[in-house]
Amino acid sequence: MTAAPTATTAPPDTSPPTATPKRQPQRRGSTWLLTAGLLGALLVLCLLSAGLGAYDIPLGDVLSSVRHRIGLGGAALERVPESVLWNVRLPRVVLALLVGASLGCAGALMQGVFGNPLAEPGVIGISSGAAVGAVASIALGLSFFGNWTVTACAFVSGLLTVLLVYAMSRSGGRTEVVTLILTGIAVNAFAGALIGLSIFFADNAQISQITFWQLGSLAQATWPKVLAVLPCALLGLAVAPFYARKLDLLALGERPARHLGVDVERLRVVLVLVVALLTAAAVAVAGIITFVGLLVPHLLRMANGPGHRFLVPGSALGGALVLVAGDLAARTVAAPAELPLGVLTALFGSPFFFWLLRRTRRRQGGWA
Amino acid sequence: MRAGTVVKAAAHSVVRNLFAVRGRELPAPVAHGNVVAEARGLRVRLGGRDVLGGADGGVDLVVRAGEVLALVGPNGAGKSTLLAALAADLDPAVADGGVRIAGRPARNWSAPELALRRAVLPQAATLSFPFPVAEVVRMGRAPWAGTASEGEDDAAVAEAMEATEVGEFARRPFSALSGGERARVALARVLAQRAPLLLLDEPTAALDLRHQELVLRVCRARAAAGDAVVVVLHDLGLAAAHADRAAVLHEGRIVADGPPADVFDGQLLSRVYRQPVEVFPHPRTGTPLVVPMRTGRVRTVSGGHGAEGDR
Repeated sequence: MTAAPTATTAPPDTSPPTATPKRQPQRRGSTWLLTAGLLGALLVLCLLSAGLGAYDIPLGDVLSSVRHRIGLGGAALERVPESVLWNVRLPRVVLALLVGASLGCAGALMQGVFGNPLAEPGVIGISSGAAVGAVASIALGLSFFGNWTVTACAFVSGLLTVLLVYAMSRSGGRTEVVTLILTGIAVNAFAGALIGLSIFFADNAQISQITFWQLGSLAQATWPKVLAVLPCALLGLAVAPFYARKLDLLALGERPARHLGVDVERLRVVLVLVVALLTAAAVAVAGIITFVGLLVPHLLRMANGPGHRFLVPGSALGGALVLVAGDLAARTVAAPAELPLGVLTALFGSPFFFWLLRRTRRRQGGWA
Repeated sequence: MRAGTVVKAAAHSVVRNLFAVRGRELPAPVAHGNVVAEARGLRVRLGGRDVLGGADGGVDLVVRAGEVLALVGPNGAGKSTLLAALAADLDPAVADGGVRIAGRPARNWSAPELALRRAVLPQAATLSFPFPVAEVVRMGRAPWAGTASEGEDDAAVAEAMEATEVGEFARRPFSALSGGERARVALARVLAQRAPLLLLDEPTAALDLRHQELVLRVCRARAAAGDAVVVVLHDLGLAAAHADRAAVLHEGRIVADGPPADVFDGQLLSRVYRQPVEVFPHPRTGTPLVVPMRTGRVRTVSGGHGAEGDR
């Protein structure tokens, strides 16, 4: 496979390509398979989620009603199931899709920008930062942007938090794991204090609304809420994949990425904005839901390698899948009561995070 | 099926036109001996200290096509800083004076345009995520995406991997390699970039004897093909054997610049390295050998207790 020791004086142009290119088709095949699998599972789960719950609607009825609404035959259901389906279930499913996709994608982007597999909006405090804006806007009764007020406030405070974390956790062009996690602890603590302060000044109705942020839930899903986050989430999700190749190069480090033609400063600014946008969109409607952005990109990296061209859109798909499934479980496991979704994801996510920490530590041989 | 491929091709070209970097000038070929990069009156201050040049003048250096130029000197002499300046890495705030690359001030090139004109091997190769070796090498082709040379990608990657002998672990993740193997993969990535100016910072530092020779033969081959190669070396023997020209740096200045046979003078090197050295021609090839002056060890002829013989 390698040149004989005597024949290495010059790299001949005519040398036949060695084993290198053979891997490409195989990897591409598994990428398509994985994408198709994710999409299929997502579709099935969405239909299940639309039908199952306190008021069961048979699958055939769900399909028929959907076909009716989009004008492809089918028939409307009776008044009650039709209303349950279209006013309760479907907004919730769509919201779960949007929030999950935003969180998964934000996690993948953030890990790429920081060059650190432990970066995640929840872990490093960006979710709580965005929640501060949302909670404060509720407690202070702000309404300057109508429906979008909470989202806008969540975006601004989320953005400030990203910038803060980024500035504080970097030194000498790289982000060390310890610095990042410790920064996250500090930011989470500070955000917790601000949220506590807002609770102190809020009245009873506002307090119940605020508690919702802290636990994380999709229970208050409505179509106007879907509309309120749709622009943010779609914009973020649409922009992200265009930076996938550059994120690959950034894995080499900032200087080498620049040597390969990446305008690193611009890349960083754009992606930090996108992460803030996606996180704000998710937090504004669903509260703090942690670990989705950590777990999903990691599993995908294990399954299909670290290339961002699949990882970024794949994490959006995977995040949506996890959140639709999580929300279905949250609604049905303890029925008629409902588990908070954020609690559920944290319950599964934290042990995973712990394992990841141990593994990273072992690989690096200590935190140094 | 055929209609499908046509549509696909059309869509591909539309997408390519939409997102192609507009106004990106491709590098023109440079004739042997012409100037590829130069530093004029370069003065670099870092942390309030002159790292390169000084109040009484800066560093001048010319890099020509078809030539291997070795930068040598003791630790902290400014070799890596000079290389970084030639790579247009330094902030204009710390670097005074001009660096020109391909006939234009370095800061007038955009990052994508520079990437077509110079490739840089950093001192330490790191990677945040475990990409397989073949994909790391392929990253070197990123600057050419969307240009006419995109078709050369596979050939360039295969050639670079062959030249650095990394083909046997093409599928292994970069993180699973030893230090020397990583260094060769990083070099393969830089070679795959096929830029007319190669800036290599200690490419031989982590390598065994065989691969040190291999790397410098690759440098020679690239120079013979018309590229300019600037390489920071610690091993003066390697520099003497493989470089066309050597620049000796001392306390941020170039104290000698010329063919190794002229520049590697025992007195000069002894002063620069603060270590007496002797220079003598190789008995067979005649290239200068640079060896620290050592007092011969007193050996005990019998018994084999070498360590005790020194007493």
